Amino acid sequence: MSTPTDVVVTGLGATTPLGGDVATTWEALLAGRSGVSRITDDWAKEFPAQLVARLTHEPADQLDRVRVRRLDRSQQVAVVAAEEAWKDANGADSGVDPLRLAVVFGTGIGGALTLLGQDDVLESKGPKRVSPFTIPMLMPNGPAAAVGLAIGARAGVHAPVSACASGAEAIRWGLDLLRFNRADMVVVGGTEACVHPLPMAGFAAMRAMSTRNDEPERASRPFDKGRDGFILGEGAAALVLERADAAAARGATVYGRLAGAGATSDGYDLVAPHPEGEGAARAIGAAIRDAGLTPADIGHVNAHATSTPLGDLAEATAIRDAIGEHPLVTATKSQTGHLLGAAGALESVFSILALRDQVVPATANLDDPDDGAAIQALDIVRREPRKATFSAALNDSFGFGGHNMALVFTTA
Amino acid sequence: MPSTADIQAGLGEILEEVAGVTPADATPEKSFTDDLDVDSLSMVEIATAVEDKFGVAIPDDELANIKTVGDAISFIEKNQ
Repeated sequence: MSTPTDVVVTGLGATTPLGGDVATTWEALLAGRSGVSRITDDWAKEFPAQLVARLTHEPADQLDRVRVRRLDRSQQVAVVAAEEAWKDANGADSGVDPLRLAVVFGTGIGGALTLLGQDDVLESKGPKRVSPFTIPMLMPNGPAAAVGLAIGARAGVHAPVSACASGAEAIRWGLDLLRFNRADMVVVGGTEACVHPLPMAGFAAMRAMSTRNDEPERASRPFDKGRDGFILGEGAAALVLERADAAAARGATVYGRLAGAGATSDGYDLVAPHPEGEGAARAIGAAIRDAGLTPADIGHVNAHATSTPLGDLAEATAIRDAIGEHPLVTATKSQTGHLLGAAGALESVFSILALRDQVVPATANLDDPDDGAAIQALDIVRREPRKATFSAALNDSFGFGGHNMALVFTTA
Repeated sequence: MPSTADIQAGLGEILEEVAGVTPADATPEKSFTDDLDVDSLSMVEIATAVEDKFGVAIPDDELANIKTVGDAISFIEKNQ
């Protein structure tokens, strides 16, 4: 039985280090392929961490030339993913009133490539040569605005910024907009494209990135004893959300329900996770309650698990404490790398597809699970995907700043 | 000194590059904003490209008076 405030997912889009769309990305994920490679550019030679997960398909090849000129790469990939989701949902023919169509699209870093590229122009050619599109290309609400323009959304365009939780936070905002009847359809998602020496150097200075430079495909190894940091990835993912009654009325294909969301903050440290994942556990618990479920109902968790020593252990503790040892856990960043502000959106897409296909992707490179009690206790899927029967999946995301997000999806 | 036709052709190339305008559409009577869908930020880019191509700088107060492709051609011709 659906209620008027039930929210469903009717469209998916993604462009990632595993593929140029949702179908190829999902296929590559289940096949165990890695999107990670070593940077061969000269600038990287002196860098401690030289690995990245780049897009398989250049967004510039999929957009007209003028849009490419005016959009930062993070905005280009947002538009590519959002247009796929919009098409998938048959949005253009949905009859939705543009005044009731909203966008929520997050990013962790924003238009870093534009900011840094135009700074180079400023230094070498002077202020008169700086592009008049610099500001709209670097502003962190730029991806949301670009998506809003692409689909003609006029009910509001919003851009949550919570580092690596931004994509998940966008989905939560979309859920709220529909529950509060502030829109009839919402395109939500996250985007990131900041492969550049400066962010790479900054993350490396935090000792947050893997330095396993000689083994790119084995470097992202969440929950493994040998993990030594994350791999910076680029890409975007998008979902179309609408109320269940409206989706049914227009005959939309429904992937599943976005049943609940939870958000908390650590109040503990600017960047370090709380050692026991206290805030993360509260977010997970809140999302499950919001969905009207109990921990026993959660059959699958797509973990944030970035492959950092501290983060993975804290998260495992949070999952065990808030849900238990029964769910099938996976860490898909082992293959995609860490898409920062897009991560929560992409992993929500994976959670929905896992529900649809009743299969949990494997965590790559988990050869020797960490000795930490919580990691040992969890049922982390590895080596190959596992078929299972489950009706609810949870995706959690955490961001520097102590942001914790959890989303619960259920079968339609 | 380039002819009027050369200037129109050169301007057409700039418009295509900056704003995706089909060169054949860039005829003198066309309004940048109303006919060719060129927005104010693109006009700034066009002014920079005109300076590179023709060596003619267009000050901001003059740029505001350039409404049509013909206005731009005249300005370039006068200031070469």
